[in-house]
Amino acid sequence: MDANIKEKKQLISADSKQKVLAFSSLIMMIIVFSIASPHFATFSNFIGILISTAVTGLLAIGVTFIIITSGIDLSIGTVMTFGSVMTGVFITFMGLPIWLGILGGILASTVAGIVNGSLTAKLKIPPFIATLGMMMVAEGLNLVISGTKPIYFMHTPAFRKIAMGKFFNIPHAVFIFLGAAIVAGIILDKTVFGKYTYAIGSNEEAVRLSGVNVDRWKIAIYAFGGFFYGIAGVIMASRLNSAQPALGPGYELEAIAAVVIGGTSLSGGKGTILGTIIGAFIMSVLTNGLRILSIPQEWQTVITGAIVIIAVYTDILRRKKTA
Amino acid sequence: MKKLTLLFVLLAVLLVFTGTVMAQDKPYIAIVSKGFQHQFWQAVRQGAKQAAEDYDVEITYEGPESETQVANQIDMLQTAVDKNPDALVFAALDTQAALPLIEEVDSKGIPIIAFDSGIDSDIPVTTAATDNYVASSYAADKMAELIGYQGKVAAIVQDQTSLTGRKRRDGFLDRIKNSYPEIEIVDVQYGGGDHLKSTDLAKSIIESNPDLDGFFGANEGSAVGIVNAIMELGRDDIATIGFDSGSILLDAIRNGIIDGAITQNPVGIGYRAVEAAVKAIKGEELPEMIDTGFYYYNKRNMDSEILQPLLYK
Repeated sequence: MDANIKEKKQLISADSKQKVLAFSSLIMMIIVFSIASPHFATFSNFIGILISTAVTGLLAIGVTFIIITSGIDLSIGTVMTFGSVMTGVFITFMGLPIWLGILGGILASTVAGIVNGSLTAKLKIPPFIATLGMMMVAEGLNLVISGTKPIYFMHTPAFRKIAMGKFFNIPHAVFIFLGAAIVAGIILDKTVFGKYTYAIGSNEEAVRLSGVNVDRWKIAIYAFGGFFYGIAGVIMASRLNSAQPALGPGYELEAIAAVVIGGTSLSGGKGTILGTIIGAFIMSVLTNGLRILSIPQEWQTVITGAIVIIAVYTDILRRKKTA
Repeated sequence: MKKLTLLFVLLAVLLVFTGTVMAQDKPYIAIVSKGFQHQFWQAVRQGAKQAAEDYDVEITYEGPESETQVANQIDMLQTAVDKNPDALVFAALDTQAALPLIEEVDSKGIPIIAFDSGIDSDIPVTTAATDNYVASSYAADKMAELIGYQGKVAAIVQDQTSLTGRKRRDGFLDRIKNSYPEIEIVDVQYGGGDHLKSTDLAKSIIESNPDLDGFFGANEGSAVGIVNAIMELGRDDIATIGFDSGSILLDAIRNGIIDGAITQNPVGIGYRAVEAAVKAIKGEELPEMIDTGFYYYNKRNMDSEILQPLLYK
């Protein structure tokens, strides 16, 4: 009993340590960039960082749940675009009201998530392969449905306001992102849904043996991920004033990197939304800061890659120490 | 933790150092292109760097990894704008998506120079790009020379909808009609730049005009189609001129299957765009279009120092 409590305490302190470490790295990066360039710490640039974090952040939140169950999702980017394209189809091609089009777009991505979950849970296809297949299926469908051309929202100027309309000079996309983050944090921490997400990741067999319908929960978790990719897709489309069908590949890696930097373990059972948000910000602040400093683009990529490795390595070091 | 802190301090020192090195009083021109890795865009970058040296200005050159990454380009544009440049040189992947930002830049009074296919709006002060009409007219001159100023010619063009497609078609056809009365244009077909479709079109044109003397392919895909048709039908007696480059086209020219091709001058595009930006900063008048030139290349000159960097594989 005593040992159990002690272990738990250590776990908590280890987790919060990682968060403190990640958070202080983020703050340090911001300070360094602010000193290095007068163009970094400006209102307009901070807004720029926030907007570019919104999309990857939403994707990363969605996949955090999936990664905690020790699953993975490679279809993140193209399923996001599936949401954009379907929003375009509903609003521009079919002339539905904007709110209905948005709902339809998000629903489309959610359905893709349900398919991912069913392939994994029911057909027992490893999530890496199931979602790899979905990544390609969605990529192809996006091109087919859109006729390989961007779908513009020219006749519905209000659609652009969804992400880019401003409230206190801050674009709506930022509020949507932060709102979604808070909701996701509460769901993961305080609800049965969150509890089973962790439990499946720690020991799926034990959960199954205790009589829980694991398959159904898994499908729900992948659907939940798809739901968030759908929101990201709508924001993307609104920001670009168009659904860009070829967009998507590459976003999955950015989102997964943010999750891992945020301390979520790829082997499942551990992770937090706050960590993921910090991870997403580390990625976007780094990209933005290096651009602001006019570091040549080829070196930006090298530095970003190195930081990802360092971040994950420090996480491993910390785990070793606490183990 | 200590190691990490040390790393960040080192990084900080490095960044502050580069920051101060960069913070000179030279005018700063931000360039956001449509690509980065592709040889064409690296050649544009090379030209831009040369102009930056010649005119003593600071430049940055960025572009997304592929021409599908519209959102990345918008992020790059946003960051470029936040750096408060003296001029912005930009080639939009999607003008609609970039328009709000371009308008913001314009409202700040920062001059915008478009390059390559440019920006589909009247905000840019000028556009530095290939004059496709002039380039195709030159292809017609070369064609006339190759077939002895008389005979039958045909053309495969990518499309009749894009500005580039129309200009390349009209430049060729107009010059033949106006300057070479002994040459007859027997057919013009559109293959969408698709290799296979262009091949089928080229074959049917040759089949129905067995006495064809010359063939013009108005872009890479169209020219590759003609190359395939000539090889399948064994008709390398037909004089052929292509446009752009790419490994199939380069090989075909090297092996004598076709005679030569026109290439744009990406180095010139980069150079002229930065030059125009410098002039715009000084408040000089600029023409609406700046022709960045082109080259005709064939087996003999394609390995020369001038042409090598312009021909991508």
